[in-house]
Amino acid sequence: MEKRVRFRSRWLPWLLIAPQMAIVLVFFFWPAAQALYQSVLQQDAFGMSVEFVGLENFQRLLDDPTYIDSFKTTALFSVLVAVCGLSVALLLAVMADRVVRGAAVYKTLLIWPYAVAPAVAGVLWLFLFAPSIGVISYALQSLGYDWNHLLDAGDAMTLIVIAAVWKQISYNFLFFLAGLQSIPRSLVEAAAIDGARPWRRFWTIVFPLLSPTTFFLLVINVVYAFFDTFAIVDAATQGGPGKETAILVYKLYYDGFKALDMGGSAAQSVVLMVIVIVLTVIQFRYIERKVTY
Amino acid sequence: MKVKSVALASTLAAAVWCAPAHARIEIQWWHAMGGALGEWVNDLAKQFNESQNEYRIVPTFKGSYDESMTAAIAAFRAGNAPHILQVFEVGTATMMASKGAIKPVGEVMRQAGLKFDPKAYIPAVAGYYTAPNGEMLSFPFNSSTTVFHYNKDAFREAGLDPENPPKSWPEVALAAAKLKAAGHKCPFTTSWISWTQLESFSTWHNVEFATLNNGFGGTATRLSFNSPLHVRHFENLANMAKQGLFVYKGRGNSADGTFVSGECAMITGSSGLYGNIKRNAKFASGTSALPYYPDVPGAPQNTVIGGASLWVMAGKKPEEYKGVAQFFAFLSKPEVAAASHQRTGYLPVTLASYELTEKSGFYKENPGTDVAVTQMIRKTTDKSRGIRLGNFVQIRTIIDEETEQIWAGRKTVKEALDAAVKRGNEQLERFQRSAKL
Repeated sequence: MEKRVRFRSRWLPWLLIAPQMAIVLVFFFWPAAQALYQSVLQQDAFGMSVEFVGLENFQRLLDDPTYIDSFKTTALFSVLVAVCGLSVALLLAVMADRVVRGAAVYKTLLIWPYAVAPAVAGVLWLFLFAPSIGVISYALQSLGYDWNHLLDAGDAMTLIVIAAVWKQISYNFLFFLAGLQSIPRSLVEAAAIDGARPWRRFWTIVFPLLSPTTFFLLVINVVYAFFDTFAIVDAATQGGPGKETAILVYKLYYDGFKALDMGGSAAQSVVLMVIVIVLTVIQFRYIERKVTY
Repeated sequence: MKVKSVALASTLAAAVWCAPAHARIEIQWWHAMGGALGEWVNDLAKQFNESQNEYRIVPTFKGSYDESMTAAIAAFRAGNAPHILQVFEVGTATMMASKGAIKPVGEVMRQAGLKFDPKAYIPAVAGYYTAPNGEMLSFPFNSSTTVFHYNKDAFREAGLDPENPPKSWPEVALAAAKLKAAGHKCPFTTSWISWTQLESFSTWHNVEFATLNNGFGGTATRLSFNSPLHVRHFENLANMAKQGLFVYKGRGNSADGTFVSGECAMITGSSGLYGNIKRNAKFASGTSALPYYPDVPGAPQNTVIGGASLWVMAGKKPEEYKGVAQFFAFLSKPEVAAASHQRTGYLPVTLASYELTEKSGFYKENPGTDVAVTQMIRKTTDKSRGIRLGNFVQIRTIIDEETEQIWAGRKTVKEALDAAVKRGNEQLERFQRSAKL
């Protein structure tokens, strides 16, 4: 059976993908080209004096030990966000999938945080964890833990990971739930009749069948952690204490929009773009092999 | 018929009503004043618009200081910058270096044919915004300085004299110890670490924060705040932090809220905090001069300014610049400037407005409001005139980052200040290079 649709005219398929291509060109390729171009320039804030400096902006980044440190911070942050975000969302999706009564309410509530802007998510968790007055930090204090993300690097990292994960859980949840619901009931039921316990059914049937969704979400979450989290960091820790939570995209945002160093910021965005491209390629080449469609 | 005549009459009325508004020349003013300060800005524009019928000032709130500056830069690049832009003091060097993007205020006033005497402005304030050739580049709009606020009720409870606040740093430590003994969890905190504990600290003790007169002498300036006096002060603060006498409450002005809520009993911060305390604090508070070390010769000198000034953007029509000049002349009127000073707690712009405020008895009725003024109205030295550095935004962040390592106990004071100087100097070197282009 031929699954593919065949078009008779040559231009119709092009016309149909044109809107999508236009969006990709305007919102991805054009800014990416601009970033590449600006990364080899040095200019003042108002763009009055522009000088071609070749790879100097990149050289400056490599000479900066704090930039190199920021790679480690970013790696830790991204792994934590992706792993925590996926596992918590998967747990919630499995639970929500089993709920019969009031399922719509649970689902709606779980999807809600996705509508919250990242900066608001950052501020929200900042309030909850505000040293000595936040609800959670107050509770922690009564348990004997002295929470202070202003000076404790571990606390600060925990804070931004929680905020970033919370913001992304809805998205992951939505996809996991859809993935779970597309798994044929008959397979699970057959296994149950054969005497497989829920835990075994999950690991041997559900999880493998869910792998395309998991893989897709892994890619999306890594990209999210790399690119979309600067507003959370800016609102919650501003990269502190010291530079302990200054992830790459936050430094990029800070240098570009606060310090008005366009060349340096563009160079960082090029580096970030390369990293994400490489990561995505690796994910597709090595992890995708384990995915069963 | 009746409907028609009503319609005609209302159209006519509308035409008459709108006609002068249409004929007016609009002047865009982008600012970063939210809340009560935003109302102040709108009131100023309203007063000016009602005082004449040629020009109309249109104030627009553009977010925080750095957000409004970024917005204006983007607008300038796209060819539709506002006429007037409010820029915070750390952005001054950037604006000064962007010669083609701005029009000096002195020039704007001269070309409009208005009498303009830079000497009428408070020297320590106007001097900061004046180029080496004596031309005033931006209009000093809302300037503040660093002062010491304290909670009188907490002082009383701890057995301290509420009318006699600590004057020196050793006295601050003693008062903090007493407050702690009385059960206070946060005896002393500070906002704006760099501004209060390094920049103002330096000019207050008449020592350099950076070489070449703190950057006034050129872009070859380098940081020098790792001197023995600075190290001594930060070791003092670090010791206080260890004993729980000084509690770090974050970057920028995030400590302000902890004072206003009563959590912290003493704070070094902006004089502009006065309005917030007056309105929101549920305790009696006092304001006094920034503490100092009495054994340092020449101390106390004067403190540095913060706040913002108004810059005129280049590339607008001559008649629009005339309107800008008229507006600045309006803001400089003694009664207008005095009213602004009394309303906001910002420094008076002109000497005449200060004298007017003094004569009205305002300082006697509101003790503490004159502290900022008396700290600033002094004959400045080369080391105390102010601090004007390129990439200052980054340097302040570097200082935040490195001093946090001190409070967290991860670096010694000397290590942290040396590292801040080294990293900050890299920013200055880069600025020096790009300014030469």
